[in-house]
Amino acid sequence: MSEEPTLVVSKIRSGTVIDHIPAGKALDIISVLGIAGKEGLRIAILMNVESKKLGKKDIIKIEGRRLSPEDVSAIALIAPTATINIIEDFAVVEKYKVMVPNIVMDVLVCPNPTCISNKKGEAIRTRFRLTSRDPLKLQCEYCGTIISGDEVVRLVIRKR
Amino acid sequence: MKETTFYHHDVLSMLDFRREDLELLFNYTEEMHKYTNTKLSLLLGKVVSLAFFEPSTRTRLSFEVAAKRLGADVISITGEESLSISKGESLADTIRMLDTYSDLIVIRHRYEGAARYAAEIAEHPVINAGDGKQHHPTQAMIDLYTIKKLFGTIDGLSYGVLGDLRYGRASTSFIYGLTLFKPKKLYLISPESLRVREEVLQVLKERGIVFEEKRSLGEVIGELDVLYVIRIQKERIPDPMEYEKVRGSYKVTLDLLKYAKKELRILHPLPKVDEIDERIDNTPYAAYFIQAKYGVSVRMALLALVLGAEP
Repeated sequence: MSEEPTLVVSKIRSGTVIDHIPAGKALDIISVLGIAGKEGLRIAILMNVESKKLGKKDIIKIEGRRLSPEDVSAIALIAPTATINIIEDFAVVEKYKVMVPNIVMDVLVCPNPTCISNKKGEAIRTRFRLTSRDPLKLQCEYCGTIISGDEVVRLVIRKR
Repeated sequence: MKETTFYHHDVLSMLDFRREDLELLFNYTEEMHKYTNTKLSLLLGKVVSLAFFEPSTRTRLSFEVAAKRLGADVISITGEESLSISKGESLADTIRMLDTYSDLIVIRHRYEGAARYAAEIAEHPVINAGDGKQHHPTQAMIDLYTIKKLFGTIDGLSYGVLGDLRYGRASTSFIYGLTLFKPKKLYLISPESLRVREEVLQVLKERGIVFEEKRSLGEVIGELDVLYVIRIQKERIPDPMEYEKVRGSYKVTLDLLKYAKKELRILHPLPKVDEIDERIDNTPYAAYFIQAKYGVSVRMALLALVLGAEP
C-alpha cells in the first residue's frame, strides 16, 4: 500500500491491509467482516485519504486477522477496487486485487421474502451466480431474482 | 433409454431441458396414451412420494393416477400433514424422510427454490410440481404437448400469454418452454404491475425470441394462433391493495374473439376464475379441457423416463 507522508499509522506485524477501498466504504467493510472492536484486534481505519488512483480512498489495517474466501467476496461486492495485502513480520508477503467470484456463496441475502433461502429453520447457504461484472449483476440460484447496482451492497450479510 | 437427459435427473425448470428432450417426452406420451385406462407394471416395486405443501387438486391427482397406472405405490403429504410439518419440522428433514421411503419425490411448495433445495438434499430424483411463482415445468410440458397435438408443430406460431405474468409460475414455465422452440412471435400481455419478471425477460433476450410486451389483448388478438391465459395469482400478491387494483383487469370475451383467427386455440392451466367468459368453453377456441386431459399421460411418460422404464 502507498502510505501518505502525513499519515502516522504504525505498520502491523502480521495481519491484513485492505487498500484502495472507495472513499466512505470502510465502515461497510468493517461491518461485513463482523468487527465490533471488542475482539481485541489492533485495527486502523483510514478514511478519505488521498489516492493517486482513486482521488480519495479508505484503508483498513487489521492486526492478527486473515480473511476467509467469503470475506474477500463480500469486500469485492462492496469495494470492487480494493486490494488485499497479507502482512507477515512487517512485510507484504502476498498482494492481490479482489474479484467477485462466479458463484457467491453465503455472502448475500436474497431480497425475495419467499425465496427458500429466507425460510426460517433451514440450514441453507445463499448462492448467487454472477451474470454481469460491469454493470454488476447477480442472480439467486434458488429463486432466480436478479440483483444489481447499489442493491447488491445493501444485501451483503452484515455479521455485526 | 438410460442415457436420456431425464434418467435419474431432477425436473426443476424448463431451462434445464433441450428441444430433443421434449420431443422424446412427447413420443413417450404417445405410447402412454394407449395405457391411460389400464394398469401397467413398469414401475412395480417403486414408491413415488407426493409432497404437496400447497393446495393442489389437478396436479396432485394426475401425478397420483400417473404413478399408479405405471404400477408404482404412492405415499403423500397433503393438507393436514403439511400443516403439522409447518409447525416445526424443517423442509430439509421432511425431504430426508421421504427420500428414505421412496424412489422419487414430487414436490409443491410456496417458496421459490424449494424444489431445487429438496433436490440438493435428496439422493433420489425430485420433480418440481410448482415452487412459488417461479417454475411449474410439468405443466409447461403438458401445454407444449397440447400445442403439438393441436397444430402438429410448436414452431412458427404466434403466441399470446395473457394475465398475471409476474406471479404466475405456469406462464413463466410456458414462456421458458417456448424458448426451446422457434415461435414466430410472442406477446406478453398483462396489466403494468403484473409484467413478467426481469429474469424472464433476460432469458427471452439471451435466446433471441421475438417478443413484445402489451397492455391489452385487443391490440394483438388477430395475430394469435395460441392464447395462453392464467388467472391472477391472488395468493402470491403480497399487498391486498395491489390485488384490488388489478382484479378483473383482463378478460377474454366472445366480443374480442370476433377479431381472432378461426384457428386460434386458447389454453389455460386451470383452475380458471373469471378471466375467460364461460360461454367460450363450448366453442372450438377452448382447448383447456383437452390440455387438462393430457396431464396424466404426459406425467406417466415423465415418471417412466426419470425412473428408467421403457413403455
